Amino acid sequence: MNELIFFFNKVIVAGSVIGSIYAMGAIGVTLVFAILRFAHFAHADLMTLGAFFSYILVVAFPELGGFVGLPTGFVVLPVAMVLTAIFAIGLDKTFYKPLRDKNVKPVVIVIASVGVTLMIQGVIRLFAGTTSRNFFSVDGVAGKDIFRIKLPFEAASRKIFITEPQILLFIFLILAVGLLHYFLTRTRLGKAMRAMSDNPDLARVSGINTNVVVWTTWIIAGGLAAAAGTLLSMDVILKPDLSFNILLPIFAAAIVGGVGQPYGAIAGGFVVGFAETLSVFNWAILLRPFRDSIPEWIELPSKIAFVPTEYKIIVPFVLLIAILVWKPTGIFKGKVL
Amino acid sequence: MSAGITVSSVSKLFGGIRAVNNCSLEVEAGSVTGLIGPNGAGKTTLFNMVAGAFAPTSGQIFFDGEDITGLPSNVLFGKGLLRTFQIAHEFSNMTAFENLMMVPGDQPGENIITACFRPSLVRDRETEIKARANEVIDFLSIAHIKNELAGNLSGGQKKLLELGRTMMVDAKTVLLDEVAAGVNRTLLQNLTDNIQRMNRELGYTFFVIEHDMDMIAKLCDPVIVMAQGTVMTTGHIDEIRANPKVIEAYFGSPPKQGAA
Amino acid sequence: MTSLTSVKREIVLFSGLGLFLALIFFQMGTAFSLRMLIEAACYAIIALGLTIQWGYAGLFNTGIMGFIAVGGFFTVLISFPVNDKFWNSDGPAELGVVGLYLLAGIAITWAVSKSHRFGFPKKLVTFLTVLTFAISYLVVISALEPAADKIESGAGFIGGLGLPVFAGWIIGALGAGVVAYYVGRICLGLRSDYLAIATLGIAEIIKAVFKNADWLTQGTLTVSPLPWPVPTPNDIGFVAARAGYLTVTAIIVVVILFFLQRAYNAPWGRMMRAIRDNEVSSSAMGKDVNKRRLEIFILGCMLMGLGGAALVTSTRIFDPSGFLPLNHTFLIWVMVILGGSGNNLGAIFGAIFVYIIWTISEPMAILIFEAVKVYGNDWFGWQAPSDLMARALQMRVFVIGLTITLVLRYAPQGVLPEKVIHHG
Repeated sequence: MNELIFFFNKVIVAGSVIGSIYAMGAIGVTLVFAILRFAHFAHADLMTLGAFFSYILVVAFPELGGFVGLPTGFVVLPVAMVLTAIFAIGLDKTFYKPLRDKNVKPVVIVIASVGVTLMIQGVIRLFAGTTSRNFFSVDGVAGKDIFRIKLPFEAASRKIFITEPQILLFIFLILAVGLLHYFLTRTRLGKAMRAMSDNPDLARVSGINTNVVVWTTWIIAGGLAAAAGTLLSMDVILKPDLSFNILLPIFAAAIVGGVGQPYGAIAGGFVVGFAETLSVFNWAILLRPFRDSIPEWIELPSKIAFVPTEYKIIVPFVLLIAILVWKPTGIFKGKVL
Repeated sequence: MSAGITVSSVSKLFGGIRAVNNCSLEVEAGSVTGLIGPNGAGKTTLFNMVAGAFAPTSGQIFFDGEDITGLPSNVLFGKGLLRTFQIAHEFSNMTAFENLMMVPGDQPGENIITACFRPSLVRDRETEIKARANEVIDFLSIAHIKNELAGNLSGGQKKLLELGRTMMVDAKTVLLDEVAAGVNRTLLQNLTDNIQRMNRELGYTFFVIEHDMDMIAKLCDPVIVMAQGTVMTTGHIDEIRANPKVIEAYFGSPPKQGAA
Repeated sequence: MTSLTSVKREIVLFSGLGLFLALIFFQMGTAFSLRMLIEAACYAIIALGLTIQWGYAGLFNTGIMGFIAVGGFFTVLISFPVNDKFWNSDGPAELGVVGLYLLAGIAITWAVSKSHRFGFPKKLVTFLTVLTFAISYLVVISALEPAADKIESGAGFIGGLGLPVFAGWIIGALGAGVVAYYVGRICLGLRSDYLAIATLGIAEIIKAVFKNADWLTQGTLTVSPLPWPVPTPNDIGFVAARAGYLTVTAIIVVVILFFLQRAYNAPWGRMMRAIRDNEVSSSAMGKDVNKRRLEIFILGCMLMGLGGAALVTSTRIFDPSGFLPLNHTFLIWVMVILGGSGNNLGAIFGAIFVYIIWTISEPMAILIFEAVKVYGNDWFGWQAPSDLMARALQMRVFVIGLTITLVLRYAPQGVLPEKVIHHG
């Protein structure tokens, strides 16, 4: 029983947490792929930037969380999202749009986004240094609420372990997905986005204001990036190089789910997240209760894991390669760019 | 020197759409065969399958007796089956002369090891190719545009250049995809003459898609008519023109008697 | 642009570079400047590899770091002295067994994947292949782990083969080429964005493997000192040794340049230009586009492996954690974009110029930030954070990013645009 709880904590909970983060990042990436047709390498740094915006707000107004009974980081999140969205629009206007207007090959814009990544990273590290920061160690902010749920079984001495930021993350994801769904299916602007994603020339000729669609894309992408970055930092820690390690899994999630399909991005995020947790999990632990029933001549290794923990980064990548080789359109049949 | 094409019960489905439907035809070796038909008849799709752009859903294609179904264009090139494009696909940043020189397939200089370590071998073959290119230029009388960037040529000149490229190798059969498109009248006459000369003097087989009926009339015999994905009829251009079924395919059924 | 103006441009740029170099020599001293030049030369080799991938074939390779690491690894494996403790233990035998498992696993998986010839339905074949692959993988891993642990606790790591350094460099280039072959086969058919993502991932995996496989590379404990192809500073002093090393690398750069130029001006270059100009037409004219793109990708990666090997040997340390995407991938992109993609001289110019700037930006940043700290305190009573100097170095990251975006926006051709010579 305890082993199952351990499995639940290490795989299900952890996988859902990281999967939600990947999902939120991947939605932004896949939308930018669909509307602007390039791989936005700077997306992960947008996440870090959003997290830093939140952190600055928390330091400035630490008591805000107390009013509502929620962590301050979460309360200031909407503001950080807005700031990041504005920043993203500014990025596009300054760096990407001029290149688009010159009709360069999409690869050139990707290289430009690499340049943007480096600039954002440099600025963040300049102003914030390279140390880690904790959203819950700021003066005046309440500590992190951790819930330890005890199951009503006798054999279960271990508890299910989930933190408040994690619960907020799930709630936020569900809300965000719901809103996104409503937006894309019921509003004019959302439908215009879908039209542009399918056929930009036709969309333009049909009178759709492509500039507004582009801005909306960046607002959604930037806002979700800020949320993902903040919630991730609240779950673990805020570091300036938070970003680079997640860039690859997010791209993998977007491609696995099908480029240009927001729901695919969500599915892809969870696939990648669970793949990570499942592959580093020590399955030998689940076999322990059966130790006695296994014949003596079979020796159970103490550790059965597909991938040693140090090599965790390989997992999203292998998934990516597998999808590219077998089903480049991804789960939800997006574009193959 | 030239070889015939046989299309045998070929079909092509794009999702639910049957672009080519159980089509069979023959292009006789040494002929200049035309392929006409209204829009949507499946001519371009069939043409592209013969040219190796994509494979048929079913059926077979034979060239010079060999089954070439599904082979890609660069392999067909090696077998002597070449194609030109409706919108001229020249190498715009290279001169006309270079456009010709890049064509031959057996250039030792294209192998990087040979290019680096055996310059004299490379030089010898280059001289041969240059001579051939100059012959082609003379044949087509385009010496005045020899060193122009191909992107700067007129539509007709680009088409001539494409024809020239097919002459750089010992091609057997050339698929001409709407060669008259975008070409002015004067140059069109030049093009037609050159195609005829290549056919008569060099023995090339041509399979020609065209909408320009005058050009078809001057150039092609026999003419194959496609409609609704398959062959409707084949024959000399005069018979075709008088065929009521063909007229109906192009223009729809004749108006009923008594209509205003 | 006539060829006369472009030659003039080259002369002006390289003379300017020479003056700049002379200034550095004067200011920073010979030993320092020589070392900087050695590394710049290695980067020039790597940049040549990238410029042919990007300039000739439009391939966006963000995994340069990985190929550099592969080159460095092989030079360690080949040229580092032999570790007798390893060879005297059971290590080699156990590794041999793992190798056999690996070969068997590959053979069986390959055979299963071809079993559709026996009439098995395709889905079953795919399932069986994946299953056999998973089982073989687990078998190999579970055999490798105890062997690796034994080596690490006993002999430390497998050591090298004690062969000449040049052999190490050549094997490094070949090794990078082999990796490039497999990467290319999988990824080159897809669009450039995917290639960029895939190569980024490959580089991270390669780094992770080298960092964690202590039995292979001593991981974070690093391997040093690596032998040099010429007498080392210990033998004849810094200046003379480094001058010797620089001569070696400079000669390599010149030789590579010579052959690349020759290939470019040959039918090979013409064919590459045609493919780059119009892929569809090239295919219709008989050129095997996929094969050629793979060819350029492998060639470029081999150069990266060679440059990486020379670079790692020059630092005398193999430290996997020291491979950073910034220093070993994006910096080289700046070199190529600034210098001029598709122009070999441009790549060399870009490499030297950017590397000089990169190197002196460290002391310069410290100077500037010291001044800021002092004046800030004097004028505003501002107390600088304790890690200000560390942050100062991060400014370089910003500057690199800014350079990329500015060059792309205003001078996408670079300072030395491609020089096309028309045949005939």
